[in-house]
Amino acid sequence: MTESLTLFLSRDAAARSVGADAVAQRLQQLAQQHGTTLDLVRTGSRGMLWLEPLMEIERDGVRHGFGPLGPDDVETLFEQDFADDHPLALGPVEAMSWMQAQTRLLYRRCGVIDPLDLDGFERMGGLAGLRVAIAQSATDTIEAVTASGLRGRGGAGFPAGIKWKTAAEAPADQKYICCNADEGDSGTFADRMLIEGDPGLLIEGMVIAGLAVGATQGFIYLRSEYPDAIATMRAAIAAWEERGWLGDDILGSGKRFHLTLRRGAGSYVCGEESAMLESLEGKRGQVRVKPPIPAISGLFGKPTIVNNVLTLASVPDILAHGAAAYQALGNERSRGTQAFQLAGNVKRGGLFEAPFGLSLRELIETHGGGTLTGRPIRAVQVGGPLGAYLPASMLDLPLEYEAFAAAGAMLGHGGIVVFDDTVDMARQAEFAMEFCAEESCGKCTPCRIGSVRGAETLAKVRRGEDVEANLALVEELCTVLTDGSLCAMGGLTPMPVMSAIRHFREDFKSEPLQVDETVVG
Amino acid sequence: MGLSKTNRETIEQVCARYGHRADALIEILHDVQRAHACVSDEAARIIAGSLNISRAEIQGVRSFYADFSTTPRAPQRIRLCRAEACQAVGADQLAAELDRAGTPHEAVYCLGNCALGPAALIGERLVGRATPDRLAAASAGSGQDD
Repeated sequence: MTESLTLFLSRDAAARSVGADAVAQRLQQLAQQHGTTLDLVRTGSRGMLWLEPLMEIERDGVRHGFGPLGPDDVETLFEQDFADDHPLALGPVEAMSWMQAQTRLLYRRCGVIDPLDLDGFERMGGLAGLRVAIAQSATDTIEAVTASGLRGRGGAGFPAGIKWKTAAEAPADQKYICCNADEGDSGTFADRMLIEGDPGLLIEGMVIAGLAVGATQGFIYLRSEYPDAIATMRAAIAAWEERGWLGDDILGSGKRFHLTLRRGAGSYVCGEESAMLESLEGKRGQVRVKPPIPAISGLFGKPTIVNNVLTLASVPDILAHGAAAYQALGNERSRGTQAFQLAGNVKRGGLFEAPFGLSLRELIETHGGGTLTGRPIRAVQVGGPLGAYLPASMLDLPLEYEAFAAAGAMLGHGGIVVFDDTVDMARQAEFAMEFCAEESCGKCTPCRIGSVRGAETLAKVRRGEDVEANLALVEELCTVLTDGSLCAMGGLTPMPVMSAIRHFREDFKSEPLQVDETVVG
Repeated sequence: MGLSKTNRETIEQVCARYGHRADALIEILHDVQRAHACVSDEAARIIAGSLNISRAEIQGVRSFYADFSTTPRAPQRIRLCRAEACQAVGADQLAAELDRAGTPHEAVYCLGNCALGPAALIGERLVGRATPDRLAAASAGSGQDD
């Protein structure tokens, strides 16, 4: 047995949720028993969540993986000297097909380094983008972001360069950069994984945004449901300040940018940018009427960039390697990579970063291995609770903004939730309305009242009451919600509802059906 | 229900830590909720005075956000994700099982553990692939590290 040993084990919340800490504890115990000095590096996650807790060891510069590990597997790992013939050995991690098939730009450090190791961050390309931004003019930075074709990753897909240019040109004594890390969509965890695995990348992107538009203060609005991400980001901000990478003299350039983390408080609608701004001002998270757009009048009425975590995190690479390299990835008007998140009833779930354009089928069946239950896939919801439900017959749809829009769906934040054939789509439609009723901020009537009426009417449909007439009513109500709501909460709730009705009409029975009361929340 | 002098001072200190800034109200409410398991009317009154805003404004914010309560909440309560990705792997059935066993739980919508559902949060500890047994084990162990 070697005298000193370096092992890598994820500290990502998902890995900890299935026992990574217990594995860590056992590794320490066994190392002590074997008289080995153990350097256990807690990294972010590789995104192969079905293999968590995933542990790695480096041999000749190559990381070899083992997982999913339980505390009871640790003893045999020591006995077999972490050899590749251990029953849970995965071989070289980056040679695995799940990793090989990806283009990891955003997540290249995720699962590799300790998220708070600033030297490791810099060694693996960190700060390169920021150094370019410091050396060049703000106009050149904005030009590069525009030329890259980067679009907002939060869901709406608005071109980031145009937003930045608008805020840069708005005259004001103070401007703000706000990062929307209120990742409330079910089926999404890309922001969380990045913040827990490589928080420096987001910070770097925010500083660049600040320099580009002339903002000296940034806020990260991070949801309270992510306690691990909050702790990691707080520690990262403190470490960056300590190094002089954030503050009054960034990297000795004389330029200034400060960053503050603010917690959300359990409200889904605060993921909507104007509600988030209200919340950042310490108010109820109610949406604002647009215009004015935040780039003109945002936080405290000042020009404000509101971008998603992954949008901001995409910027350092664009500056470091050039807009053309980024533009070369992807399809049509969907450029660069997207962090797809495979979730729900799927055998191999996790985060898969790839250029736009691969099909749902390739992702779910080839990489995801089909359903966890082994039953046939019946429905897939893409883009969170406000995204469309697609039937198995539409799995060949390419994952890109325009193709999804043309199919009456949306890519959103890249979350993909798989359901097997036991799903009751009428119940899913009812839930979409219930969720809207629960989370509506109450500012506009279509959303506040329409969602309650929608849930009631769909409950009648599920009980088999006057099905045709009630479905017609739901459709009419959905039109009102789409056309009359102030924001996407009410405006897009019809998407899951109507797609469920359109593609799974057989679940909305005209015969009274037996409702299983145990599944009604 | 009056607060003791110490509690009053703690709340004042929380407000001072955020520079008595009204825009930090949600942060302040989080800290008070954590320290006292709720944001009582008395606490709201002290915060209002300290930030120089009305009690109505605090009441409005406190009632809007699910994280705040007027009456004490158990810090180690089980919050079970009831959103779509967890529904797809039986979250509703798990909730029904907990109900039958008389285990109290609350609904939360997405904990970002969507590939390892059903997910639950016990205090600040995330539990993946949740079952009644795994939740019971996590509850039993959660006092130690929080």
